[in-house]
Amino acid sequence: MKIVKKSSIRLNIEHPVTTTTLSQLASREGDAETVTLGPWKLTWRRFRKHKMALVALGGMIVIFVYIFLGGLVFARGVCTPTGQYVTAEAYANCNDTSIKLQPPSSEHPFGTDTIGRDILARTIYGGQISLSIGVFAAIVEVVVGVLVGSIAGYFGRWLDDLLMRITEAMLIIPSLFLLIVLAKALGGKVPEIHLLGRSLSGSVVVIILVIGFTSWMYLARIVRANVLSLKELDFISASRALGVSDTRIIFKHLLPNTIAPIIVSATLGVSGSILSEAYVSFLGLGVQTPTASWGNMLDSSVKYIQSAPWLWFFPGLLILLTVLCINFIGDGLRDALDPRSTRHI
Amino acid sequence: MVNYIIRRLAQAIPQLLLISIILFMLMQAFGDPIASLGVRTPPRSADRERLRRQLGLDQPVYVQYFVWLVGNDWMKIDMDGDGVAETPGKRLGVLRGDFGNSLISKRPVLELITERLPNTLLLMVTAELVIIIFSLTIGVYSAVKQYSFFDNLVTGLSFVGYSMPIFLIALLSMYLFSINFKEWGLPYLPTVGMFDPEVGRTPGQIALHMILPVLSLSVISVAGYSRYVRSSMLEILGLDFIRTARAKGLRETLVVRRHALRNATLPFVTLIGLDIPFLLAGAVVTESIFAWPGTGRLFIERTAQSDFPVLMGILMMTAIAVVIFQLLTDIAYSYLDPRIRIE
Repeated sequence: MKIVKKSSIRLNIEHPVTTTTLSQLASREGDAETVTLGPWKLTWRRFRKHKMALVALGGMIVIFVYIFLGGLVFARGVCTPTGQYVTAEAYANCNDTSIKLQPPSSEHPFGTDTIGRDILARTIYGGQISLSIGVFAAIVEVVVGVLVGSIAGYFGRWLDDLLMRITEAMLIIPSLFLLIVLAKALGGKVPEIHLLGRSLSGSVVVIILVIGFTSWMYLARIVRANVLSLKELDFISASRALGVSDTRIIFKHLLPNTIAPIIVSATLGVSGSILSEAYVSFLGLGVQTPTASWGNMLDSSVKYIQSAPWLWFFPGLLILLTVLCINFIGDGLRDALDPRSTRHI
Repeated sequence: MVNYIIRRLAQAIPQLLLISIILFMLMQAFGDPIASLGVRTPPRSADRERLRRQLGLDQPVYVQYFVWLVGNDWMKIDMDGDGVAETPGKRLGVLRGDFGNSLISKRPVLELITERLPNTLLLMVTAELVIIIFSLTIGVYSAVKQYSFFDNLVTGLSFVGYSMPIFLIALLSMYLFSINFKEWGLPYLPTVGMFDPEVGRTPGQIALHMILPVLSLSVISVAGYSRYVRSSMLEILGLDFIRTARAKGLRETLVVRRHALRNATLPFVTLIGLDIPFLLAGAVVTESIFAWPGTGRLFIERTAQSDFPVLMGILMMTAIAVVIFQLLTDIAYSYLDPRIRIE
């Protein structure tokens, strides 16, 4: 155990340590068992020490099961207006105005909403949408942030100046304002999408792009700073001298060595995007009904704060729990990936 | 120093121009402002055309942007649609401090914003004070009592607070402190508006109506910043000069307050300085929930109506505030920390 700790201290992102050099380091310390420990295993070992992150990982698995398998159990029943027995999302979108705004009961455990849809079923299918938006928006964020950051850092000069000025310009406007303006400008421009047997409101795609394109700035700055310090190191000069192409240097040598902050940003990007989606949808500019999302379930719930608190309580709680779990996981990852960060938890 | 300020401002100008062009373009896709006039939308298409011409909406986007930026008082515009420009323009443009008129109410944008701004500032300044006081107290206390029950409790709570969407805090606090308290017969807090119209706009009423919005605005920041203060306090408390101070026999309160806190709050200044203009955005959600008549709510209302001169006005003023506060923060920081010199 001690040896693992020693080598973990050496896993320092400023000095590039690849799997091979790491095992060399470990073997120099003379323990056959630790030789096989790659950086990912080391990360996992450190991650396990962060108790809350482990609990959060468990919580996230529970949320995943609820969202992706819960529909099989809870979302089925007769849709009274059509008289048909429906399952899955059709049940979540079935509105029966004769039972609108009913408090939680055995038939509708989370109650019904303003037009008589089952809130439990909607939290399940809305959760799928909210989580997908979180993940895909984070992917957009990472792709844009990494590209801008690495290009600016690696090529430098006017390209760096230009990209960084644009990044700063984006940071001048508070991101919620940007989100609102972009969501309003692009809203309703994308037609309905049919995917995996589901018809999704086109607004889902719009929201993913909008959130992704308004949140990449901090990551771009981190990646740029890392690339700037890494590109002066000898192994990059050596690669250049060997005639390795710029793209290959960036993707094979520079980015793998900045993977730690990228992973942490991506994780926190997921929770940030879920929150952003909730904010825009809460303001009525996000995902459009009948497609449910945790955010748009809260839309107009202020009016029913007194008469129907179940309208906002359940989706709000799910947003909170999900974001909390992801934040804890991100925190654990930060500690695990960067042993030097002695953040006092 | 003067050079630095000039250079920073010179850098900000192209950025502000760039962002204003992007935002202006985006707002063209907002939908027809004439159609969102509601009952006041002229039913005849000829009238709609005329209105569009009067508002300058018939012009190409780049002309509209140009007029927005530098005004049109030096050129004539075609008002009656006969193809001959005859009426002299009246607008001065943003560069000369004229943000144009609202498309909906025809009133000057500047007037609309300055009418709402004091309400938002009142909310923001109070929230910022609450944030500073609470995050410093909580942060310092948990650093001094590291790993105590209080510290662990606050750590847990701050993670929850940090993961909370503002609207959930707002809804929960509204539900608890006004609806439940009312049911239980306890004194309860008002939920919406700035004052009870029956009592009138008295300071007491406004203070009462401010409690819940300020709470919603500050919880997230207090959660984040108290962590920050705590970790920078812990870092400083571990340094040699603190040990020296203790070794000299200084009282612990003096060590914490004079020696540690002063140094630990330095980075905090940056955080707060950069945060102030961004509270404007947080106020968008809070103000719309609590029906607080501020600029954030104005922004949401006018977004729905595609009233882009007002939106551009709010956005550009926020942007300018951000630039100025960034600069002020840098300057303040260099004064507070003699190790940092602005060149």
